Amino acid sequence: MSIIIDSELCTGCGSCVANCPYGGIEVIENVAVIKEECTLCGSCVEACPVDAIILEKEEYIDKVDKSQYKGVWVIAEHYKGEIHKVAYQLLGKGRELADILNVKLTIVVLGDKFDNIIEQFGDYGADEVIYVKSAILKDYYSDLYVNTLTGLIKQHKPEIILIGATATGRDFAPRVAKRLNAGLTADCTGLEIENETGNLMQTRPTFGGNIMATIRTPTSRPQMATVRPGIFKIDKSRKRKLKVIKIEKAYKQEDSVAKIIKIIDKKKQKINLEEADIIVSGGRGVGSKENFKIIEELAKVLGAELGGSRVTIELNWLEPDRQVGQTGKTVAPKLYIACGISGAIQHLVGMENSEIIIAINRDPNAPIFNVAHYGIVGDLHKVVPILIEQIKKVKSEED
Amino acid sequence: MLIFVCIKQVPGVAEVKIDPKTNTLVREGIPSIVNPHDKHAIELGLTIKEQHGGDVIAISMGPPQAEQALREALSMGVDKAYLLSDRAFAGADTLATSHTLSLAIKKILKESKVKNDYIVICGTQAIDGDTAQVGPELAEELNIPQITYVLKFELKEKNTVVVERAFRSEEVVIIETKLPVLISVLKEINKPRFPGAKGIVDAYEKKKVIYLNSEDLGADKAELGLNGSMTEVWKIFVPIRKGSHVILNGTIEEMIQDLCSYLKDDKIL
Repeated sequence: MSIIIDSELCTGCGSCVANCPYGGIEVIENVAVIKEECTLCGSCVEACPVDAIILEKEEYIDKVDKSQYKGVWVIAEHYKGEIHKVAYQLLGKGRELADILNVKLTIVVLGDKFDNIIEQFGDYGADEVIYVKSAILKDYYSDLYVNTLTGLIKQHKPEIILIGATATGRDFAPRVAKRLNAGLTADCTGLEIENETGNLMQTRPTFGGNIMATIRTPTSRPQMATVRPGIFKIDKSRKRKLKVIKIEKAYKQEDSVAKIIKIIDKKKQKINLEEADIIVSGGRGVGSKENFKIIEELAKVLGAELGGSRVTIELNWLEPDRQVGQTGKTVAPKLYIACGISGAIQHLVGMENSEIIIAINRDPNAPIFNVAHYGIVGDLHKVVPILIEQIKKVKSEED
Repeated sequence: MLIFVCIKQVPGVAEVKIDPKTNTLVREGIPSIVNPHDKHAIELGLTIKEQHGGDVIAISMGPPQAEQALREALSMGVDKAYLLSDRAFAGADTLATSHTLSLAIKKILKESKVKNDYIVICGTQAIDGDTAQVGPELAEELNIPQITYVLKFELKEKNTVVVERAFRSEEVVIIETKLPVLISVLKEINKPRFPGAKGIVDAYEKKKVIYLNSEDLGADKAELGLNGSMTEVWKIFVPIRKGSHVILNGTIEEMIQDLCSYLKDDKIL
């Protein structure tokens, strides 16, 4: 594969130069030239207004017999005896993909004492559950997960495997992918099936959310993707009759190269942004840690969780767990109020799926207003106190 | 003991902005930097050396300009630096990248006659791709254990490693394993040092960046770069922001009255 520039067509406009994240293209004597820095990412191809840049791809030759791979899998993870909700979200999306492909949807659980819980997966759209039961799997052991999962995947050959992009999923998924030599795409925000080929089209933010990339695994199977919690919705409208496959394993501590010495619960106040119905967030415009009190009060009257943009965490105005955005949490509450947040792209990717967004900002040109449903241009220090009073009033009228 | 640190040169992406008029990336004046997580990996490597001895070896895969990132690592105190650079490496996904890195590590281990007395340190993820996949994939290539999201690291007697791993926001897990091991670190693990004047002079005058290409690594070209990648970037686009924007008018009081009535209609209040 290589990038070719048609010097007849190229006008030397420089759009490609402006769009290249790596400085890998340059205009010399009115013609674009590819430099050593080029990573073949293809940004310039999209940017060229006259289609003078061609990404020449080799002919696709399948690396495996793709027809042998069938079905969509979701790998569940769990914590303190509860299945992580991202698994249910992935079942929602997985059902949709399985219906398009006309294949079955399977959920895989490695754990202990889930005999009753797994029966309910049919309500969330699963056709089948594979439950690998072993007492030691109540905790997460990287190598036991990798060994067990690669064994199951080799045996059953699913075409698509969806995994939550959590500290657990992002630990075992790459290792499983490497062992199987399977394509893996991290942190997907969109999943679709390509017509005819059945390829999984995996869209994800890259460059801190400035650019979206759609990635596929055209010549190989399985296709693996991790997805952040909060991206897809749980769907209980397509119930299925569930087939249960239970596999008992007698794993011992010595079977793992790692030994868990201790699990420490930091017992700090639980911050659960991802499950909050309402989030009130502050940004640089709040001005100081002291000033955050007014934002906190707004959160309190609404019964909301408090959040913040990256800068508020960097300046130590808020705890790290409250960060919303690309490097923080992805949230989709019913109501999101952004106070003094300009709306850097890294923040927007973490909250733009909220049902209703209210933005309060002094700068009428702030990008936050592009995603907001209701915008108030004004000084938050004046606006928020009045908003608090009005909400109190409305709430007391209701009582 | 050999302490490998894998680093990546990245665009200072946190600073990248989109020009709202042309909808293109504003690149001007954006420097290439050492990926922030990787600086913490370098710092940990240097700390281990200070406590237990050994050589700290920085490895990077990238175009010749990535030499700058390795010079920075050398100026912080890293002993040796290798740049894996070849057009055949271009277009690599994480599978091909981890394969290339593993070939270099295996070559250095062989030349140094080291079998098990080594550790590989990576930053958790790079700020351009954000995949966090290369570390675990590299561990698999080397067939050694991995511990990701590491907050604390301790090397004890008899090659025993004890680490604290972040596990969900409210928990950490303390894990024990043995060398060799690959760990990927979080920023909380330490504070990277600044290179001193002597370090900078040494990095340019006394130390070398050793270039390795695909032949030096004895690589099969089918397993490198784009050829060795299972995934391909099909399309790249600038996201379109949605939202039906109602910018409210009037005095603050009026705007808030309007807002609250909208919220009542939306059944939020």
